[in-house]
Amino acid sequence: MTEKTFIAGFGGQGVISLGQLWVYCGMKEGKKVTFFPFYGAEKRGGIARASVIVSDHEIASPLVTSPDSAVVMNMDSLPLCEEVLKQGGTLFVNSSLVKVESKRTDARVIKVPCNELAEEIGDVKIANMVMMGALSKATGAVALDKLEVVLKSFFPENKHKFIPMNLKAISAGMAAVK
Amino acid sequence: MAEEMRLMKGNEAIAEAAIRAGCTAYFGYPITPQNELTAYMAKHMLDHQRTFIQAESEVSAINMVYGAAAAGARTMTSSSSPGVSLKQEGISYCCGADLPCVIVNVARSGPGLGGISPGQADYFQSTRGGGHGDYFHLVLAPKSVQEAADLTHEAFDLADQWRMPVMILADGLIGQMMEGVVLPENRELSSLPKKAWAAGGQADTHRPINHVSSINLVPAELEASVIERFKRYDRIKAQEVRYEEVNVDKAELILVGYGTSARVSLGALEMAKKLGIEVGLFRPISLWPFPEKRVAELAAMGKKFLAVEMSMGQMVEDVKLAANGKADVHFYGRCGGMIPTEEEVLAEIRRLLKK
Amino acid sequence: MELLYGHPKSLKPIQTKYCPGCGHGVIHRLIAEVIDELGVQERSIITNPVGCSIWADLYFDFDSVQPAHGRTPAAATGIKRVKPDHLVICYQGDGDLAAIGTAEIIHAANRGEKFTTIFVNNAIYGMTGGQMAPTTLIGQKATTAPYGRDALEAGMGYPIQVCELLATLGGTKYLARGSVNNAANVRKTKQYIKKAFEAQLRGEGFTMVEILSPCPTNWGMQPCEGQEWLEANMIPFYKLGEVKNTLAAGAGAEGGSK
Repeated sequence: MTEKTFIAGFGGQGVISLGQLWVYCGMKEGKKVTFFPFYGAEKRGGIARASVIVSDHEIASPLVTSPDSAVVMNMDSLPLCEEVLKQGGTLFVNSSLVKVESKRTDARVIKVPCNELAEEIGDVKIANMVMMGALSKATGAVALDKLEVVLKSFFPENKHKFIPMNLKAISAGMAAVK
Repeated sequence: MAEEMRLMKGNEAIAEAAIRAGCTAYFGYPITPQNELTAYMAKHMLDHQRTFIQAESEVSAINMVYGAAAAGARTMTSSSSPGVSLKQEGISYCCGADLPCVIVNVARSGPGLGGISPGQADYFQSTRGGGHGDYFHLVLAPKSVQEAADLTHEAFDLADQWRMPVMILADGLIGQMMEGVVLPENRELSSLPKKAWAAGGQADTHRPINHVSSINLVPAELEASVIERFKRYDRIKAQEVRYEEVNVDKAELILVGYGTSARVSLGALEMAKKLGIEVGLFRPISLWPFPEKRVAELAAMGKKFLAVEMSMGQMVEDVKLAANGKADVHFYGRCGGMIPTEEEVLAEIRRLLKK
Repeated sequence: MELLYGHPKSLKPIQTKYCPGCGHGVIHRLIAEVIDELGVQERSIITNPVGCSIWADLYFDFDSVQPAHGRTPAAATGIKRVKPDHLVICYQGDGDLAAIGTAEIIHAANRGEKFTTIFVNNAIYGMTGGQMAPTTLIGQKATTAPYGRDALEAGMGYPIQVCELLATLGGTKYLARGSVNNAANVRKTKQYIKKAFEAQLRGEGFTMVEILSPCPTNWGMQPCEGQEWLEANMIPFYKLGEVKNTLAAGAGAEGGSK
């Protein structure tokens, strides 16, 4: 199993932390992982993007040029993700902010109302965690079991109070995948 | 007990590995894409009561390294391409005065200010003695976060052993990428090699005075000392060559790449295999000394080479020199911060092999 | 028996290569005498700069490090940070300090690096053969200012008063300007050096003694004329005395900030 994922959204949507937590959980599950952010002058204000790979084997190129899955967190990121997604790949769409249908008719499209679900749980900032739950459920690349222990080692002590909310968001994301 | 695997950026793993190797003095100047390295050092060196200075320039940073190394410390500076150009004067002085230190180049694209995206166009500068005068120094090229940490840790030992700067030549991708890493061991400072030649500490042993210097205005004497240094280079060439090979025996065509382009090449190799095309990968880890003997052996076996680089073709010249006309040496590169893709390299493989 | 006069232990008993009338030899001796008086010969390190005083390591009988031109304060920073209990002397000429190494001296001083700079100002480039220095006086001739230094018309700028320049920086604790043109000034200069070294050993911050020093060879004069020229031309512009003294303890006769 190798799952290459491209994640894009606007700055502040937690694209980078979603990518980092995804590969961290993968690593904790014994997988080989790479995370590569798009860095540069555009990273504030422009589209934030990250490439992540989770694999059972040694990872060759850390670049994700033809991803198995792509995460579209906002409207501006849709064309970018549609362009790179491999034939027959999975497109994860934050349907709270992306109201149009994808042109990629070959793709499996999974719509997750990340912002609404996050707000219901208590904070729109955890929309990225909702998406991570969906990503786990639909790809199976990272199981996200034993999540509480993993989150405790990922977040510094002073952030531990937010873990229950994150767990709820991830569960909601999993449940949103039919 | 084995260390737990951590998820770290290459820049941070290099910094932590340096601290664990016993680096007690770090000097740097901010430049993208290595800023996390300097920031990590700023926090952790001070936490360890070691020296951290954000210097006024890359020039000053390397000369602080010069002073700290002269005083016997394990010391390091890091930068990215334009900043490493500025350090070249100091690197030449370190080589001329036989001072051990570690220099990290998280390379970006050039020339000039260029861009901040990953590049491998500093190969010539790194491996040919980038400053003035006759000299070389060890250059190690990591392909992963794990190897970045391991090679940095070892670089301090090699620097002390051979009394010369050791450069870690990474690129923006290795620096910015996060991967799992098991960090190398923590060295007790008291266990580090003693340096009888260093300035300072005379009161402890009442030894004769020490001068750390690169000057000699007597041509015959200077020539003799340079020749002596080159004998040391010969021993380094015999002992410190490092490389990795994948599938070279079966292959008719061998990809040659280091660092990031070796990772891309490995991806292309795996894709080719699925199509029933056998190619090999030769990855130099020590760029100086370059594994020229092994490349010559492979050339003599009738292999073809395809050098893959993030430049307009620099390492390929070392492949050609080593092959010495006995093998076809081809080149595929991207530059300006573009990274070759596995698909592009595969296409080049198929074009060359007509398969 | 009390020794009233002798050759300093920290200076090798050999003749220097410096030209007749040059000030470096006297300045070397003053440094060596103070080191002997402080009893720190075996924990002293000097950085000898590019310029005539690159030969300093032949004469001083303690450890030395020879850095690149102008990078002397950066190298001294590295040394002092690694060996904080050592007396680190950053010996610099006017080209090294006030031209090619301007960034290094300003930032080392501003960080309050705890070494002592001995800044030898002879208003000319010695080793390379009499070129204009940043401290060359207006009208003074040099091989690269054959008609004399012309600040505005020829765009050669003005002589830099380094002590005054550095005095504005928070990291500087003691800045004094002495001269070696006569016995009285030599004695006073030695006091400045001693005060600076003692402050360094107490870890107080950046200390510097600028020393006006003759270079008769490149001034085109006899040694004696050189002393007179220095007195008549350099001292009026480069005023002698403690330019800044904010030392916490041991501040001597001349007292606080001037």
